[in-house]
Amino acid sequence: MPHPYIPNSAPEVRREMLDAIGVDSVEDLYRPIPSDLRFKGRLPLEEGIPEEGRLRRHVEGILRRNTPASDVLSFLGAGCYQHEVPAVCDEINRRGEFVTSYAGDVYGDHGRLQALWEFQDVMAELIEMDVVTTPNYDWSTAAAMCLRSSVMLTGRKRVLVPAALLLDRRLVFQDYLAHDVQVDEIPFDDATGLLDLAALRSMIGDDVAAVYVEYPNALGVIEHQAGEAVEIAHEHGAMAVVGSDPSGLGVLASPGSLGADFAVGDLQPLGMHMSYGGGLSGYIGCRNIPEVIESLPVFIFAKTETLEPGQHGFGYLNFDRTHYVKRGEGSQNGGTTTALWAITAAAYLGLHGPEGMRELGEGLLQRTRYAADRIGALPGVTAPRFSGASLKEFVVTYDAHDVATVDAALRERGIFGGKDLSVDFPSLGRSSLWAVTEVHSKDDIDRLVDTLGEVLA
Amino acid sequence: MSPQFQQARWSEPLLSELGTPGERGYVPTAPEAEIAAHAPDPLEAIPPAFRRSAPPRLPQVAQPQLLRHFYRLSQETLGNDVAVDFGLGTCTMKYSPKVNEHLVRMPEVQDLHPAQHEDTVQGILEVLWRLEQMLCAISGLDRFTLQPPSGSAAVYTNASIVRAYHASRGEGEQRDEIISSVFSHPCDQSGPWSAGFKVVELYPGPNGYPELDALKAALSNRTAGIVITNPEDTGIYNPHIAEFTRLVHEAGGLCVYDQANANGILGIARAREAGFDLCHFNMHKTFSSPHNGMGPAMGASGVKEELARFLPAPVVEKRGDRFELDWNRPESIGKIRSFVGNAQIAVRSYAWILALGPDGIREVAETAVLNANYLANRLREVPGMSQPYPTSNTPIEQFRWSLEALREETGVGSSDISRNLADYGFQPVFGSHHPFIVPEPLTPEASESFSKEDIDSWADAMIDIAKRAQADPDDVLEGPYRNACRRIDAAALDDPDRWVPTSRVERSKGGVRGD
Repeated sequence: MPHPYIPNSAPEVRREMLDAIGVDSVEDLYRPIPSDLRFKGRLPLEEGIPEEGRLRRHVEGILRRNTPASDVLSFLGAGCYQHEVPAVCDEINRRGEFVTSYAGDVYGDHGRLQALWEFQDVMAELIEMDVVTTPNYDWSTAAAMCLRSSVMLTGRKRVLVPAALLLDRRLVFQDYLAHDVQVDEIPFDDATGLLDLAALRSMIGDDVAAVYVEYPNALGVIEHQAGEAVEIAHEHGAMAVVGSDPSGLGVLASPGSLGADFAVGDLQPLGMHMSYGGGLSGYIGCRNIPEVIESLPVFIFAKTETLEPGQHGFGYLNFDRTHYVKRGEGSQNGGTTTALWAITAAAYLGLHGPEGMRELGEGLLQRTRYAADRIGALPGVTAPRFSGASLKEFVVTYDAHDVATVDAALRERGIFGGKDLSVDFPSLGRSSLWAVTEVHSKDDIDRLVDTLGEVLA
Repeated sequence: MSPQFQQARWSEPLLSELGTPGERGYVPTAPEAEIAAHAPDPLEAIPPAFRRSAPPRLPQVAQPQLLRHFYRLSQETLGNDVAVDFGLGTCTMKYSPKVNEHLVRMPEVQDLHPAQHEDTVQGILEVLWRLEQMLCAISGLDRFTLQPPSGSAAVYTNASIVRAYHASRGEGEQRDEIISSVFSHPCDQSGPWSAGFKVVELYPGPNGYPELDALKAALSNRTAGIVITNPEDTGIYNPHIAEFTRLVHEAGGLCVYDQANANGILGIARAREAGFDLCHFNMHKTFSSPHNGMGPAMGASGVKEELARFLPAPVVEKRGDRFELDWNRPESIGKIRSFVGNAQIAVRSYAWILALGPDGIREVAETAVLNANYLANRLREVPGMSQPYPTSNTPIEQFRWSLEALREETGVGSSDISRNLADYGFQPVFGSHHPFIVPEPLTPEASESFSKEDIDSWADAMIDIAKRAQADPDDVLEGPYRNACRRIDAAALDDPDRWVPTSRVERSKGGVRGD
């Protein structure tokens, strides 16, 4: 039976094509592969399911064993967030023309290129950096790429990163950098959760390629000393890589205004579903300096003119800098990154505009304040654990209760508690990181506080 | 034949030019009055110097106009759903089944948080585990990680594993060279370079693939391994590949198979039989997940059992009926990306393999090779077309031919021909990665998704453009005419004094209105 995905499987068509080629069978076309390299037999796979209905029931049956965060009350964050996803964002990123495009480029994909250029354009306004690239895979890989660029640009082989770093980020840096770059961690202040600037000053030297800071940091604290850290880096000829969550940038200082050489962060809060982490997308901004741009292999699109007066065209900015041309001679690795999420983020920023982004940021600050104070009022709980201001996450520490036990009890009551920090930050004891966003109503937060109170009682 | 196609040409303004100050397209849910009253000055805790000083210069546009804008841009994009897209050789453009798009939009996929307790994500973990088993069967290798978010990230992952392997044996300093071939994808060199290796490239011999002697000359006690495609991006299969892997092993190196070009050999030839220790597949190419306009994507990296301890954390383990994430991996290379990777892509690829089964998977490969050879046969009719390595004349999956003769005759080269395909409703045809060893190259890849009629219509267009070039070269040099935009001023893309990546740059040059 011809498979619905394969048009030329009808025997008559195959015969006609084979005759045109001048061979008896498809087997003749595999002549170049020596017989001892041929796989003998049938792949040990389950039998195929050509009926869409049966396939769908089967896969849905497996997936229904998941409990989506949207079915319960979830306070998980730590690098991936349950934000509102405007319906328009979903409509745009399900357009088949975008979804099934790839590298059609200037003449086949004019619309895709314009949309990606527009992402660069509006993102540059949000972060106040002159150049924004098409995004890398996620925040961690975007930061790692910019740190590697700093190493290439300065010729120095040491970078300073905050100790208040997500474990995932630390492990990505380990793989991308640690094989030939010394990665040293700047401690955080135990009371505020902020960077220990005195420690930074004592650690930095003329061997440092870059200082990395981010806001909020992995403890949820808005690193408002990021500008000072940038200055300290620059005083020593080091570059400054500044990470920020774009959902706060309607109200918080932009990385560009802080003097960042590179700005990074995740687009996921800007219109992407979490998808078990599949919604991540790492934005990168930099200065309009050819050598700096040269060090980044991710695509950048540039606007230009066409033969028709007044018409925009778009194409790759300096394609020759990419690994597609440099190959093994001094280019970082690029690849198929996260273009669809860039288009989605452009739509999100266009929908929100300056007012929407301000309201979003203010609302996050207010909800977080409310939730942290209410949880902190429960007996046996310290919240927020750190005094530094929070955007949408804060650390909760239990005096006596084990985080996993509390989480299990909350789960039974339809609540996903904050992320257990016992692996990421064992020094913080019985702590967890809680995220609150605009999806949480006052009733949601109150229900959490009441339930947590019962569980802890 | 003359082009009858007409692409939408909306001449859309830029997003930043839409709307009017005061308009908006979305209202995020405001906090309730009690919450607002609890923190009446939301920014109270933020030092004044750290507050944003001026609102971002974002568009101010209502929802209908914004939606219309992006729909129009989508209409100016020739995705595979609307166009015969097989000109993009090495990309394995194929049909991405719609049912899979519905599956990944279930709340049980898109609303999962990656740090949820394992009890609440048994379904997605099962899909990841099942897909891993399928890839093991298809490659013959023992373990896979689905964490790398692209093909080149998977190559990089494998290079990192090679590095960790030699370091674990005390040879990390000494073995600092990776061998690759110039007809392998550029990431087979940039991936190892990013992982800290020097890269030695092999050039093709008279049959289009590297000679054994070239490999022997490159091998030494500095060899960490080889990273190579087969068939290479030319569609030429190196029949001596088992001898290659044997020699690299003898020299103490590991063998990494870039299987971006696996579509024509699924169920026909596997990494294990060819002697490879590591490989990777592109889920967004061979395994039907859509390319998403350039990601999100997934490159699945596979290894033999003895290398599994180096895989990035976490891996999915099945214990009894339960699926768990194993983070306890002391020898792991670290992480390639946050969390487990692009899980939604695993759902699509799992469903695709399951829809086909062992016979369907093999039919994919056979049809892709049939289509490639049928297309090649048709393209012999294109004036000025030649085949660069005539002894290797049975392409697997794709092929790289040359329009050098046409260029010499008319001044019209392969990139000009490629551009004009847009007038016929086709994507451009990919030429070659650098360096251009085949002059005036073309690399199409007619995967199993394309019908004989699709292939014939594309070949007819190629013949037509080449004939037009012979009749009136300027007609083709100035094309295309019937797509969304005319030929661009490409010099402005490479000149730092002229390039415009954003309006901010344009404003700094004094060249944009409204400032």
